[in-house]
Amino acid sequence: MAGIPHDHYEPKTGGEKWLHSRLPILGILYDTIMIPTPKNLNWMWIWGIVLTFTLVLQIVTGITLVMHYTPDVDLAFGSIEHIMRDVNGGWALRYIHMNGASLFFVAVYFHIFRGLYYGSYKAPREVTWIIGILIYLLMMGTAFMGYVLPWGQMSFWGATVITGLFGAIPGIGEGLQTWLLGGPAVGNYTLTRFFSLHYLMPFIIAGLVIVHIWAFHTTGNNNPSGVEVRRTSKADAAKDTVPFWPYYVMKDLFALAVILAVFFAIVGFMPNYLGHPDNYIEANPLATPEHIVPEWYFLPFYAILRAFTSEVWAVQFVSFITAGIIDAKFFGVLAMFGAIAVMALAPWLDTSSVRSGRYRPMFKWWFALLVVDFMVLMWVGAQSTEFPYDWISLIASTYWFVYFLVILPLLGVIEKPLPRPDTIEAEYDAHHGPTGGEAQKPNLSPAE
Amino acid sequence: MFRKTVLSACLATLTLAGGAFAAGEGGHVTDYDFSFEGPFGSYDQAQLQRGLQVYTQVCSGCHGLEYVPLRSLGYEGGVGLSDEEVRAYAEQNFEVYDEEADEYRPATPTDHFPAVTSVGAPDLSLMAKARAGFHGPYGTGLNQFFKGMGGAEYIASLLTGYTGEQMEQAGTILYENEAFPGGYISMAPPLYGEDVEYAEGQPTPTLEQEAKDVAAFLMWTAEPKMMARKQAGFVGVVFLSLLAVLLYLTNKRIWAPIKKRKTS
Repeated sequence: MAGIPHDHYEPKTGGEKWLHSRLPILGILYDTIMIPTPKNLNWMWIWGIVLTFTLVLQIVTGITLVMHYTPDVDLAFGSIEHIMRDVNGGWALRYIHMNGASLFFVAVYFHIFRGLYYGSYKAPREVTWIIGILIYLLMMGTAFMGYVLPWGQMSFWGATVITGLFGAIPGIGEGLQTWLLGGPAVGNYTLTRFFSLHYLMPFIIAGLVIVHIWAFHTTGNNNPSGVEVRRTSKADAAKDTVPFWPYYVMKDLFALAVILAVFFAIVGFMPNYLGHPDNYIEANPLATPEHIVPEWYFLPFYAILRAFTSEVWAVQFVSFITAGIIDAKFFGVLAMFGAIAVMALAPWLDTSSVRSGRYRPMFKWWFALLVVDFMVLMWVGAQSTEFPYDWISLIASTYWFVYFLVILPLLGVIEKPLPRPDTIEAEYDAHHGPTGGEAQKPNLSPAE
Repeated sequence: MFRKTVLSACLATLTLAGGAFAAGEGGHVTDYDFSFEGPFGSYDQAQLQRGLQVYTQVCSGCHGLEYVPLRSLGYEGGVGLSDEEVRAYAEQNFEVYDEEADEYRPATPTDHFPAVTSVGAPDLSLMAKARAGFHGPYGTGLNQFFKGMGGAEYIASLLTGYTGEQMEQAGTILYENEAFPGGYISMAPPLYGEDVEYAEGQPTPTLEQEAKDVAAFLMWTAEPKMMARKQAGFVGVVFLSLLAVLLYLTNKRIWAPIKKRKTS
C-alpha cells in the first residue's frame, strides 16, 4: 500500500541484507515504528497505546492465574481463595487482572468517544472503525466470561441473565441458549467452556488489533483537525507529520505512566471498589441475589436492554404488527445489540463531509449530550426499574438511537461548518503562536 | 475547554458508577473507626487477637472459616501468633476429619479452620468483603470512598444493632436488627458484652468493643494480604509517579524543536 510518503527501511549491514532478502520483518517493524504521524495529535490519542498495553497485561496476568485456577464448580471459588492466600503474589495478579478489565473498558470508552467526536470513523477509515467495534464486542464477551470464572453469586446469576437474553430470540432462542451453556442451565459444563473461550478470545483480539493497526497505518492516523496529511510529496508530508518514534512513543509512555499510577493506586488501596461484593459469596443456584447487576462497563447497554418494557407503546406496536414474535424481552435484546450496531454504522449514518467535531458547531453539542447520555445510562443501569428510573432509562436509551439514526444524518444537511485549516501544518502553527522568529510561549502539552 | 469538561464529567461518573450498586433498602451502618482504614492504615495485632478470641469462643459454634488456613494465624501483618501458639491454638480448639486415618484428630497448622455447616449459618471467611453495607449513600459508593466504610463496619453494626424485639415467622424466630437489610435476622443476638474475658491490659469487653474486635478479625480473614497490598500499592504509585516525571521531561525536550519549528 502506498501510505504516507516517507523514508523506508534500508538494510545496511550484510546480516540485515541477508535477512531482508529472505524475510523483510525488520522492514515491517521499522516502517511501523517510524510511521509518519500527524504532529497535532492531542491527549485523546494516547488510548490506543494504553489499550495495547492493557491487552498484554491481561494476557500475562491471565496466563499466570490459569496455572493456579481450577475450572470446576466445586473447586473454582476455593481456587481463587487459594490464589489470594497461598500463591506468591497471587493477590496482586488477581487484583491486577480484575481491575485490568476496568482499565481496559475505561480506555476503550475514551478511545471510542474520541473516534466519534473527531470523526475517525469517516472515510477512508471505515474498516478501522468496524474492526474496532468487533474488538469491542469480543472484549465484552471475554470480560463477561471471565467474570463467571470466580464462580461467585454474581458470576452465576450474571451468566444466567445474560445467556437468558439469547433465549429470548424467537424460534431458535432456547436451543441457542442450551448450546451456549452446554446444558439446560448454568453448570459445570458452562464454567469449563467459558474458561476455554476466555483463554482463547484475547488472542483473537490480539490478532484483530494487528489488523486494526494495519488498517489505520494504511490510511494514516486521523487527527484533531480532521484534515488529511498531504501526500503530494515526502517534503509536504514531513511538514504535517513527525515519526511515531520517538515523538509519540515518549508522549504515550508518559501518559501510560500517569494512568498506571492511578491504576496501581486502585489495585493497592481499593481493589474491590469497582466489583460487586456478592461475588465473594460462592455461587448458589438456590439463592437469587436481591439485585443482579453487571459490572460497571456493561451498565449503559444493560440499561438499554431493560428500558423497553411491555408498557412502552413502541414495544406494544412492534409486538402487535409482528404478531407477538417480537415481544418485550426480545425487543430489549434487539435494542441492546442495536445500540452497538448503530455505532458500527456511524460511517454511513453521518452525512457531514466535515470530519472533526471541532469545526461542527451544532454537532458539538449533540455529541456532548451523547456523552452525558452514556453516563446517565451507566448510572441508571445500576438502579432499580421503578419510577422514575424506568422513564430515565427509556429517555436516555431513545436518545442513543436518535443521535445515530436521526441527528447524525440530519446534521450533515442542515449544519453550516466552520472554516477548516488547509493543512495540518497551518493548524499546528496557528495553535503554537505566531510563526517567523517570535519566541514561543512555553506550552506544556505538545499537541494542544 | 469543551473537551476538558467532557473529560472531567467522564471521570466523575466513573467514580459514581463504581459504587452504584444495590441502591435502596439496607440497614443503618455506623462508621466505626478501624485501624486498617485509608491507604496507610494497618491491622492492630492486639485487636485481631481479641477478635480471634471472640470468634473462637462465640462465633465458631455456628460459623466456619473454611478458606482460612490455621497457619496463616502466624503470618506477619496479621494476627501474628508465634509458631507454638498457632500449634497450640489449632490443637486445643478444633478437630478435623482425617481421611487417611478415617477418624477425627486435633487440628494442626496445616489444616484450615473447619467449615461449619450444621446450622445453616454462612461461612465467615469472606464476609467482610461480601457485605454491601458500604455502598451508600444512595448507591453512590461515596461512603466507601471517603469514609473508608466497608464490610467491617457492617459486621460491627450488625452485632450491635439488635433492638431486643423479635417476631415469629413460619415457625422461626426472627430478631429485629437495625443494620440487617429488611430489619429482621434469624441469628439470635450472639454478643451481649462480657462474653469473653480479654487478657490483662486489653480494653473491657463491652458489646461494642467485642463487635469491633471480631469485625476487624473478619476483615483480616477476608483480606489477609492487605498490608502487603497497600505497601506494594504505595511503592508502585511512587515509582510510577517518578517515572512519569522523567518521561514528562523527556517528552517535553524531544518535542521542543518541533514546537519551535517555523513555517518557511
